[in-house]
Amino acid sequence: MTEWINAVVQGILLGGLYALFAAGLSLIFGVMRLVNIAHGDLIILAAYMGLSTTVMLGVHPFLALLIVMPLMAGLGYVLQRGLLNQTLGPDILPPLLVTFGLSVIIQNALLEIYTADPQKLSGGAIETASIPVGGLAIGVLPLLTFAIAVGVIAGLQWIFYSTGLGRGFRAVSDNQDIAQLMGLNKAHVFGLAMALALAVVAIAGILLGMRTSFDPAIGGGRLIFGFEAVIIGGLGNLWGTLAGGVILGVAQTIGGKIDPGWQLLAGHIAFLIVLAIRPNGLFPRIEH
Amino acid sequence: MSDELLSIRELDAHYGDFQALYGLDMSVNPGEVIAIIGANGAGKSPLMRSISGLLANRAEQIVYRGAPIGGLRADQVAHLGIALVPEGRQLFPSLTVEENLVLGAKVGRTGPWSLDKVYDLFPILRERRGQASTSLSGGQQQMVAIGRALMANPELVLFDEISLGLAPVVIKTIYDALPGIVGAGLTAMIVEQDISKALSVASRVYCLQEGRVSLQGRTDAITREEITAAYFGVDA
Repeated sequence: MTEWINAVVQGILLGGLYALFAAGLSLIFGVMRLVNIAHGDLIILAAYMGLSTTVMLGVHPFLALLIVMPLMAGLGYVLQRGLLNQTLGPDILPPLLVTFGLSVIIQNALLEIYTADPQKLSGGAIETASIPVGGLAIGVLPLLTFAIAVGVIAGLQWIFYSTGLGRGFRAVSDNQDIAQLMGLNKAHVFGLAMALALAVVAIAGILLGMRTSFDPAIGGGRLIFGFEAVIIGGLGNLWGTLAGGVILGVAQTIGGKIDPGWQLLAGHIAFLIVLAIRPNGLFPRIEH
Repeated sequence: MSDELLSIRELDAHYGDFQALYGLDMSVNPGEVIAIIGANGAGKSPLMRSISGLLANRAEQIVYRGAPIGGLRADQVAHLGIALVPEGRQLFPSLTVEENLVLGAKVGRTGPWSLDKVYDLFPILRERRGQASTSLSGGQQQMVAIGRALMANPELVLFDEISLGLAPVVIKTIYDALPGIVGAGLTAMIVEQDISKALSVASRVYCLQEGRVSLQGRTDAITREEITAAYFGVDA
């Protein structure tokens, strides 16, 4: 019985990481209806940027965030203003194609620079530290990851619903033309949204790199986990995204407990069940 | 001519391949209230969208305070002091009443209009400030749309179909509020299908027909017959 409880707890904590994968994806889609196929590769790019920072400066990956986050945010703003804004319009195909191309470019660039060898960020003692709770041993890093995910979601929620920037995001999301009449430059607002999303991606990438090994080709899988968490939780609902990540994580760990080969399959099945029963997700935004 | 607030010169406007305006000329002086009338499809809304920057034009076709603005984006036009109350209200559904109003002040212009002033003008909005904007009645939504434009402290306000789809009692409330709005030193252009309402508040009128000006003049110097002829394109 303890083993099953352990699987559920580990799944919940894993869900925090998936929620971080999904939060940026959800934010970008919510503000500008852009489906970013390169999202997973950007997570891996952030992990590699963390790797380079820790190697060059000899700092802990958490400290590397101080460099990687602003770099990724800046990259997001430039990417949006310089490239992605030109693809946005009534046709959803151009942004899909362009971000798919971007995904290929990022993967190949990482392959060229870092080779295909798996890498890992060294978190030190925190990686193996655990807290005994009942008969369970709860890893400090997974627990910290979950706490950071909750903090990030709460922070995004605060930005969206309690700041002028969030008002701008919601207004542009509602009606781009009328938002422009309010003096909002939608190209700039979209740039800020992508910057914020890639700042979250930086956190996700560093935590992923500390938790598991990574190579240039694994971005696609992270994209799917992110998509599944967003869809399970309900589009446009940030807390729903966290719930979606948790459901996906628990499904995976329980599936893995039944048979190690079923881990990913169980997650996809959980996603398909939710999609079949509640196509809008479990907690869709109800304001519209 | 140099004291004109807004000059429109040979304005053509297009929706894709469809041409909505043909060489329109128009002038607006500071403090004036201009009525823009015309049947459906006459080109009233394309005119409003062109002035506010939602439809792209050549820079010199729209001149505001002596500067060509026809090529500016809508957000740049808004910063110059031109606000649009759009047709159909078009409030932001995910924002509350107060958030809609506050967003109107985003351009950062100073002037007489503030949240309290808007609430004084339309007291019902003070009671509904925390509600979702879409939960209001059509008339209350129009009040929010007007208040949102005023929050920008504009010099020129464009009202597009100000009474369309509203109950007569609501239209009266809004028209009763107009003198208080334009009396605060604003210049206004009012697009309206209710001709008598428009003429009751305007000092000059432009009548559009098929994208062209078919009649213009002072409201006290134009006869009903002339308006009918210009509006429908027939001899009175």
